[in-house]
Amino acid sequence: MSTEKSNPVKKVSIICSKGTIEDVYAALVMGNGAVMEGIEANLFFTFFGLEGIMKKRMDKLHTGIVGNPAMRLPGGARMPTLLGIIPGMEAMVSSMMKSQMDKLDVPPVSEFIELFVAGGGNLYACKLAADMFKVTKEDLNEHVKGIITVGEFYEHAGGEGAHIIFT
Amino acid sequence: MAQKTYAGITVDVNDEGYFTNPSQWTKEIAMEIAKEEGVVLTEKHFLVLNYLRDRFARGEALSIRGINKSGIVEVKDFYQMFPGAPLKKSTKIAGIPKPESCV
Repeated sequence: MSTEKSNPVKKVSIICSKGTIEDVYAALVMGNGAVMEGIEANLFFTFFGLEGIMKKRMDKLHTGIVGNPAMRLPGGARMPTLLGIIPGMEAMVSSMMKSQMDKLDVPPVSEFIELFVAGGGNLYACKLAADMFKVTKEDLNEHVKGIITVGEFYEHAGGEGAHIIFT
Repeated sequence: MAQKTYAGITVDVNDEGYFTNPSQWTKEIAMEIAKEEGVVLTEKHFLVLNYLRDRFARGEALSIRGINKSGIVEVKDFYQMFPGAPLKKSTKIAGIPKPESCV
């Protein structure tokens, strides 16, 4: 039997530490993809990643357009960094990204979280980051199970075939 | 191409057991595949299976979000009805190819 078959991934604990559209979605796609495959999944949001589970901010995420050499203009030319400082440019690029994702049936963050939780996924916020940014349970999406320490995160992350992914 | 026999009918499937010709599917066949997958089909399961087949026939991509918006079943129930890997399991029982969506 191949090692892929005999040692399948049974659980993933994914840490999201950044708050851009692409960072939060990467964590959500990986997490939701896991529960869809019958793999247990935990999502742990820390530092700027907390934006992804804050009620008032989760559906208004932006993508960084300054200092992002992979950012392209429609047509494929590189976007000059200086263009990124034009007021409204970041909002425009961000809304274009969201509309592209919507076409691919990628839901807004709050809806994505609903789907993930309906599939049995767990959401946690990092205590240190929450304390640092003065974020309380009331600021967070209702599905967040708790604001937990690193030690508690590792406890939740344990088990056979369990993996931790940092993004 | 592999073949399998369900309910006395021989059907074409790929290596993973997904139908390559959805028109060969019948309700009786679905019950037998479901048994293999450890699922007992109810009327509600068939509503979902028919919805999946309809969408496939119209050439629309299947996603978990689409299921949620379908009005046929809530995602939470969908996970319970096809435990483990719901979209993979349900499409297999519905006699259509495995969805290629990441969401």
